[in-house]
Amino acid sequence: MRAERSPRGTTAGTESMTVRDAMNTSLPPATDTAPDPGADLLLPVPDDDGAPFWEYAARGELRVQTCSDCDEPRFPPRPCCPHCQSFTAHWQRMSGRGRIWSYVLPHPPLLPAYAAQAPYNAIIVELAEAPRIRLVGNLVAAPDAALNSVDPARLRIGAPVKAVFHALPGGPTVPRWVLERP
Amino acid sequence: MGATLKDATAIVGIGQTPFAKRLPESEKRLACRAIVAALDDAGIAPSEVDAFASYTMEETDEVEIAKSIGAGDVTHFSKAGYGGGGSCATVAHLAAAIATGQASVGVAWRSRKRGSGPRPWTNTRVQLPTPAQWTRPFGLLRPADEIGMLARRYMHEYGATRDHFFNVALACRNRANQNPAAMMYDRPLTREMYMTARWISEPLCLFDNCLETDGALACVVVSAERARDCRRRPVYVHAAAQGLPAQHHGMVNYWNDDPLTGPAWTAARHLWKGADLGPQDIDVAQIYDAFTPLIPLSLEGYGFCGRGEGAAFTEGGALEIGGRLPLNTGGGGLSEAYVHGFNLITEGVRQLRGTSTAQVPDAATCLVTAGEGVPTSALLLRS
Repeated sequence: MRAERSPRGTTAGTESMTVRDAMNTSLPPATDTAPDPGADLLLPVPDDDGAPFWEYAARGELRVQTCSDCDEPRFPPRPCCPHCQSFTAHWQRMSGRGRIWSYVLPHPPLLPAYAAQAPYNAIIVELAEAPRIRLVGNLVAAPDAALNSVDPARLRIGAPVKAVFHALPGGPTVPRWVLERP
Repeated sequence: MGATLKDATAIVGIGQTPFAKRLPESEKRLACRAIVAALDDAGIAPSEVDAFASYTMEETDEVEIAKSIGAGDVTHFSKAGYGGGGSCATVAHLAAAIATGQASVGVAWRSRKRGSGPRPWTNTRVQLPTPAQWTRPFGLLRPADEIGMLARRYMHEYGATRDHFFNVALACRNRANQNPAAMMYDRPLTREMYMTARWISEPLCLFDNCLETDGALACVVVSAERARDCRRRPVYVHAAAQGLPAQHHGMVNYWNDDPLTGPAWTAARHLWKGADLGPQDIDVAQIYDAFTPLIPLSLEGYGFCGRGEGAAFTEGGALEIGGRLPLNTGGGGLSEAYVHGFNLITEGVRQLRGTSTAQVPDAATCLVTAGEGVPTSALLLRS
């Protein structure tokens, strides 16, 4: 991602970006010699509109692009509001709480880094504050655990989850999800 | 009222190569063979071709094809996007061009070595930043994973089961077992095979996924007037439509109000509006089947049943010959060949000529659809 690009301004009432937990950007490299289960996973390749999402994620914040004129959130991010055509937007912080909307368990053939953890889960989470905003992610036992760290029997549509953040070995931080009631 | 597409043009020639996991010839050579065969079927000289249409994913282009087959001056050429969503649009674009006088003899084609060539999802260098950044890092890598998400939600919302998906896989396989050109001609499918098959992306198993095929197909479109002089019985393009719904996101359509309605609904509204027919008048359907769950979704979208009733529609042999709506009578993408749905168009033509290997008696109307879950297209054909 492009580090020189700073997140754009937020409206009054959203949390200050300076009050945050920076653990994800300063996470030390793994010190043991075991192969990292996350090595060679695909990194997000942000576009102009999506870049702020990843910059906030690196700070441990889940934020959604929101129209500054009509207050409608939208995802994926895009240049203007499909409701009122305003080009002014801000990034609204979400609580990180949501529910599983659907899920799959991919099996090979897969790219090697994913095949090594298959079957793993990929889930869609609908956000508590904005149920029509649904994020694809992984349900994990802990922020840095493997993609297959949750027993598939625990996966259930409607299960409440909350966001955690994981720094991929290649640099970017991605939101992941843990069960509210593990 | 301005120019109308209704019955203004007809498909008068179809051609294809063999279908196999691996064919030795190049995509360009396969394309030329299919196109020359289609023109021969129509009884039209290649020098009369003045229009071409294909998919944006097609690797062979008009320049190479036109000079290879010996086309004349070409005055219309177009490409339709979104993979298999563009199949019927190729014919629709030719029909529109011919109905409005832009051209007189159109060729649509698709040539693809997807059987022996690379799987597109394995390409990690070329990935579209939108929406790949929101899905691929999390291991949602393949179309099967992306559609599997919608399939799981569909099962949850409507009580659909794997048996419903099996009904789709079985109907296509049964028709392939009647079609010597089908890759699965000599390989029957049983419920036990389906239920014990390996997973690809739960809830989808191997048999919920289409084939991987090398092959090429083509068809020839002319005006209805010209069609009367051709070698074969004309199959008229009664109506055609493309569909990109409001706030649609492609195969990862998770981000709008109602992800379980898709492009089929949009294409269908326009298709039926321009037709003298309704869903109840359709004798046989060729519905895009890259994955089995696309069939219940499309049955709902095109109005053969109500919302959430698509799975139940497949019960009781409804999709078999003699059922309510015989489906994919050449075997479809699941069991004949997966060439981005072009074989569904040619099979629709065969049904209305009366020459299918699984002929529906007296079939006079056929719906052909393109990929659901991506911006799509559809044709209503009639004899």
